[in-house]
Amino acid sequence: MNDLKDRVVRMSGSRVERCMRCGKCSATCPSYEDMEYHPHEFVYLVERGDVEKLLASESIYKCLTCFACVERCPRGVEPAKVVEAVRLIAVREQGKNRLKPDDLPALTDADLPGQALATALRKYAK
Amino acid sequence: MRKIGVFVCHCGTNIAATVDVKAVAETLGREPSVVVSEDYPYMCSESGQNLIKDSIRDYGLDGIVICSCSPRMHENTFRKAAASAGLNPYMVEIANIREQCSWIHKDKAEATEKAILLGKAAIAKVLLNTPLIAGESGVVKRALVIGGGIAGIQTALDIAEAGFPVDIVEQKPTIGGKMAQLDKTFPTLDCSACILTPKMVDCAQNENIKIYSYSEIESVSGFVGNFTVKIRRKARYVDETKCTGCGLCTEKCPVKKVPNEFNLGLDNRRAVYIPFAQAVPKIAAIDADYCNMLKNGKCGLCSKVCTVGAIDYKQEDTFVEERYGAIVAATGYEIADVSRYGEYAYNQSKDVVTSLELERLMNAAGPTGGTLLRPSDGKHPHTIVFVQCVGSRCTPDKGKPYCSKICCMYTAKHAMLIREKYPDTEVYVFYIDVRTPGKNFDEFWRRAVEEFGVHYIKGAVGKISPRPDGTLDVQGSDLLMDEQLHISADLVVLAAAIEPSKTARSLATMLTASMDTNDFFTEAHPKLRPVESPTAGIFLSGVCQGPKDIPETVAQASACAAKVIGLLSKDKLKGNPCVAHSDEMMCNGCSNCANVCPYGAITYSDKEFRMPDRTTKTRRVAWVNPAVCQGCGACTVACPSGAMDLLGFSNSQIMAEVDALCR
Repeated sequence: MNDLKDRVVRMSGSRVERCMRCGKCSATCPSYEDMEYHPHEFVYLVERGDVEKLLASESIYKCLTCFACVERCPRGVEPAKVVEAVRLIAVREQGKNRLKPDDLPALTDADLPGQALATALRKYAK
Repeated sequence: MRKIGVFVCHCGTNIAATVDVKAVAETLGREPSVVVSEDYPYMCSESGQNLIKDSIRDYGLDGIVICSCSPRMHENTFRKAAASAGLNPYMVEIANIREQCSWIHKDKAEATEKAILLGKAAIAKVLLNTPLIAGESGVVKRALVIGGGIAGIQTALDIAEAGFPVDIVEQKPTIGGKMAQLDKTFPTLDCSACILTPKMVDCAQNENIKIYSYSEIESVSGFVGNFTVKIRRKARYVDETKCTGCGLCTEKCPVKKVPNEFNLGLDNRRAVYIPFAQAVPKIAAIDADYCNMLKNGKCGLCSKVCTVGAIDYKQEDTFVEERYGAIVAATGYEIADVSRYGEYAYNQSKDVVTSLELERLMNAAGPTGGTLLRPSDGKHPHTIVFVQCVGSRCTPDKGKPYCSKICCMYTAKHAMLIREKYPDTEVYVFYIDVRTPGKNFDEFWRRAVEEFGVHYIKGAVGKISPRPDGTLDVQGSDLLMDEQLHISADLVVLAAAIEPSKTARSLATMLTASMDTNDFFTEAHPKLRPVESPTAGIFLSGVCQGPKDIPETVAQASACAAKVIGLLSKDKLKGNPCVAHSDEMMCNGCSNCANVCPYGAITYSDKEFRMPDRTTKTRRVAWVNPAVCQGCGACTVACPSGAMDLLGFSNSQIMAEVDALCR
C-alpha cells in the first residue's frame, strides 16, 4: 500500500476493498455533473492507489458532504468519507484553506447546518 | 498393559505443509502404552486404512488414535476400518490436527507442538475408552413434509411414488407456494400454472399423500426414525368434508375489501375465499379478521347460500398428533421488505412494484387479467425500468449479504415478455453484474438484449422521484458511459431480495436443526450432504436451505426424497451408543438435567434405596432413555452432583484430556 492510499484509508476509516462497483454512490450524487471524478471513481482510484489524480482535481471541492452515498452504499464503503479524507490531505498542505474564518459570518445564516460550516472552511474559493 | 496405535495423516500437504508429521509420529510413539506410531500421506485412502487394519491385527491393538481432519469428516471411516479389523469402533479417537491446527497456524514449529499436544490428549482419552455397542431402534414408515410449495410437492410425490405414506403440512389454505403465483418460468417461458397445477392435483389424488392445509407445526419430539409431531389445524370455519369448492359463498360475501394476498394486495377478495381457481384442496376458508359474523355475529350470508351446509362459525383449531420416521423442511422464501430503501419510493408510488407483484400484473389469472397496466391509473406503461439487487449483496446492516440468485433470470424473462407483447414499450435494466450460470441461462439473457432490444445499463439506481404528471424520475448511473442518467419511467420493477420464511427459525428450534446467520437451514455438508440437516432424520428441500430457482429446487427436492426413502426403507436404525446415564447413588433428584435436555430424554422416578443403617429410603432419581438421548452432553454440565455422565465422553475422559494438555 502506498503512503497516500494508506493515509486516505486511515483518515476515512473506509473499507474501499468492499466496493462491488455497483455505482450507487454516483447514481445518488447531487453534485455529479460538477465533478471530474465521481464518487465511485474516488473509491476505485483510492483502491488502486492513484490518489495524486484526485488531489489535483477540483472534484474534491465539489462534494457537498451530503452523505447520500454513505447512506445508500449497499456495501458500507462510505464514499463521502473517502472524498473528505482526500480533501483533508490537500488542505492540510500550507495555505490551501480556501476560506478564512473571518470571512465566515457574512456567508452563513441560521439555517446552515453546523457540519456544512466545518467543511465550507476548506471547500469554497468564492 | 494397554496397546495403543497412533496414525498421523499428512492429508497431502493440508497437514504436512504446516505440521512436521514425522516428528509428531515419533514423539507420540514414545508415549506410554503406545506400541506403534506411523505417518502416511492419506490415512483415509484404502492403503491408509489397510495400514491401520494390519497394525490392529499385528500388534493386537486395543485402542487407536488417528491424528487427521475433523471427526465430522472421517470419524466414521476410521471407526468402520477398526471394526473390520475386529476392534470395537468406539476405541477410536481422532485428534483434529487439520481444522484445529494446520489450517489455522502459519508457524511450523508451533503447529507441530500443538499437534503433539492434541495427540497426547487423544491418547489420554482413548486409554479410558470402553467398548460401546450401538442399540437399535425401529423406523416409522411415514414422512412429514413441512411446506407445500414446489419443493415440498416434489419431495412428497417422490416419497409417495416409492410407496411410503407422506403428509404435507402447509400453512396457507392451499398448496402451490410461490410457483403458483408466477406467470411464466425461465428459460423455456412455459406457463407456471400449467406445469405446477397437475403436480398439485397429483398430490391430492395420490393415496399415499395426505395434505394438511391451513395447518402449522405445533411441536416436535422424538428422534430419527421415530418423531412425534403435533399439527395445529387452524379453524377455517368451513367443514372440509362437506365443502365442494363451488365458490358460491365467495361471490355472495358482502365484505369485499379484503386485500388479496394471492395477488399481493393488488386487488381485493371477500372475507370468505378460495385463494385461486386451481387451489388444492379447493375448499373455502373464512378470514376471521374480516368476517362480520365472526367479528360481531351479524351476517351469516355464506351459511345461507351454501347448499351443502359446510359453513361452521363455531369451528375451532384442532390438533392432530402423528408419528414420522423422517421430517422434510420445505418452508421456502418470502420477498424481503423493500420499503426500508426510501430511495426507491416503494411506499410513495403504486407504480414501483416488486418483481413478484409484476408476475401477478402479467398473469392471466391476476388482477388485470394478464394485461400489463399501471397499478396507479390502469394505463399501459410505455417505459419500464428494472432495478437489480434490491436488498441483495449488501452488508448485513443494509440488507442481505447473499446474492438472491433468481433475479437476473426472472428480470430477463420479464423484459423479454414485455418487449414481445408490447413492442412499443422501452425496457431498461440497471444491473451490477448479470449472473446467469445454468443450462441455457446465459443464452436466455443474451436473447433479451440481442433479439428483444432490452437496454441493459451497467450501474445502480440512486433515487426514484414520483413526478406530478404521474411518471417516475429514475436517477441512475451508467458506469460504462461514466454518466448520471435520468429516465422518465411509467413503471419501476424492483428485483427484491428473497429471504427465508419467517416461520423457519421457530421451526428449526422445534426440529433442533441448525441455521446460518441468514436463517437458511444448514446442510450436513455443503458439498457432500447437501439435502440433509446435521440433525439425523431432518432433511432439507428447496429455498429454505439457500436461494435457488425452480429447476434446482426440483432437483434438490427429488434428491431429498431419495434420502428420505433410503431412511424409511430401513427396518432398524443403529443408534448412537454415546448416550448419557445417571449414577443413581449420586443423583439428588434436582431436575436440572431434565430441564436442559432438548430431546425430552430424561424422566424421574421414585426408587427405594437400602441405606447403610439397614433402613430403606425412597429417593427421586433421573433416568435417561437411551433411544431418545442424542448424546449432546448438556445434562452432564448441568448436573450439580456429577451424577450424569456421557458414554464415550465421560467426565473422567475429558479431565484426562485436559490433564494431558496441561502436563
